[in-house]
Amino acid sequence: MIKNISNLGDAALYCDFGKEVNKDINSQVIRYFKSIQKENITGVNNLTPSYNKLIVSFDLRKTNFKDLKKLIENLEINNIDDLKSKKIEIPVCCDENFSLDIKRLEEKLKASKEKLFDNFFNKEFFCYMTGFIAGMPFLGDLDENMRVKRLETPRVKVPKGSIGITEQFTNIYTYESPGGWNIIGNTPLSIFDSSKEVDPNLINPGDVITFKRITKDQYKNYND
Amino acid sequence: MIKNYFEVVRAGINTTFQDQGRKNLYHIGIPFSGAMDNRNYLLANKLVGNKSDLSVLEFAYQGPLLKYFGDKINIAITGDVNFTIKKNNDLINGNCYETFSLENGNEIDITSTNRSVYGYLAFSGEFDLKSQWSSYSVNTKANIGSNDGKKLQVNQKINIFKINQNLKDKKLNYINTKIENIRVIKGTNFHYFSDQGKKIFFEKEFIVSKLSDRMGMRLEGSKIENIINTNIKSEGLIKGVIQVPADGNPIIMLSDHGTIGGYPKIGVVISADYDKLVQLIPGSKIKFKEVELSSAETLFRLYVLETQNLISQI
Repeated sequence: MIKNISNLGDAALYCDFGKEVNKDINSQVIRYFKSIQKENITGVNNLTPSYNKLIVSFDLRKTNFKDLKKLIENLEINNIDDLKSKKIEIPVCCDENFSLDIKRLEEKLKASKEKLFDNFFNKEFFCYMTGFIAGMPFLGDLDENMRVKRLETPRVKVPKGSIGITEQFTNIYTYESPGGWNIIGNTPLSIFDSSKEVDPNLINPGDVITFKRITKDQYKNYND
Repeated sequence: MIKNYFEVVRAGINTTFQDQGRKNLYHIGIPFSGAMDNRNYLLANKLVGNKSDLSVLEFAYQGPLLKYFGDKINIAITGDVNFTIKKNNDLINGNCYETFSLENGNEIDITSTNRSVYGYLAFSGEFDLKSQWSSYSVNTKANIGSNDGKKLQVNQKINIFKINQNLKDKKLNYINTKIENIRVIKGTNFHYFSDQGKKIFFEKEFIVSKLSDRMGMRLEGSKIENIINTNIKSEGLIKGVIQVPADGNPIIMLSDHGTIGGYPKIGVVISADYDKLVQLIPGSKIKFKEVELSSAETLFRLYVLETQNLISQI
């Protein structure tokens, strides 16, 4: 359930589902997201579900914080869990040209890169949300001994296909963009296809992801 | 029938097609985009008699040099922009907020914006473009939108159809005022910052950094100290959100912003000040001023009324 609704600026509602991040809370967020989406509420122009928050943006010409808050508080939430879950394997190359932050991570986590990679490639990840940039999946959870903070100053350009980690999460940069995650590798696979108006995202909330390590040659030949 | 089109002789620094942007796609990571300065976008369309949702050319700093071919057409430029129109051997100095006609072979040369970032060029007709997710707005970082999601390119030809037959001369007396004070509502992580940090945020000046674009505006100044956590669990963003990463320098989210972010939100720029914020050039000084939600709502109503009033004067 929503614990608190506050305003984010003058044109958005900040729905807080608590501090923890887990599948249960995330599924509640998704249920609210889908229910509000179905209602087609006047003035609502965007919904952003995340781990444990839901932001409802609106057109201030058409509605306001107070009215919309009341509406959302009284909304009936569907209990049906219609998250379609897929299993997807993502090829990743960890050549030194791609793993931009691995040296820093070895020092910070006091572990060799092979140990870090072993840990990363032998896990299943759950997709909590997509966004930041088009189609970027936010996956979890990394083991305790893999967790680091974001970069102090985000990079102005992170290369397309980069695999980033921060805290208990990992993500994939679907195209070149600014970003502050620690980069450990790169995938040749296209994660977002802007030529598709329907389902442009390869990975969606609820999907289960594994990463498969590939060599530099396999990376080069991947799209041939 | 004569085909009407313009040819791009010089593309300019960052010239893109923009309209009101695309909605309801934040959840897959696609931002609104759309004209950065919405008021000037609306005025440009109105001056040439277009519907309010047609796409226009948005340019930054230096605009394009275009050569026009076809039937007589009207154009208008809004913002604070220096430009000339070349008709045979005549060189006319253009004025913003005024229509000019272009005939076959005429050129329009948008040399620079004047201590502002964005300007808008509207033609009295529709560009022959393909929309994506119900909008023509180009997001060059994601390669989304019309023109294959790219900036205008040199030598490109863009066809124009449905030219207005009724080409009236229009003029509006309007000057863009510049502001240094940007009004903000406290963000959801305001309490993450030290008393000193909060004081710096509302009392010190910040300078707009060169590393600013349609996605975000980076600021430099006294560092804002975080006393709780320099990261939050990634969550949704909206345009106008001011995030402070660990280095203590604020970043303001703009129209092509990432839809999710993990840095604490110290504040959000009010909707009424957004158009003016985006026009601040690198090196400009910014000071943040706190307002309550109810004042922000009132200020936005005033902004909308003022915009409507300008539109009705055209």
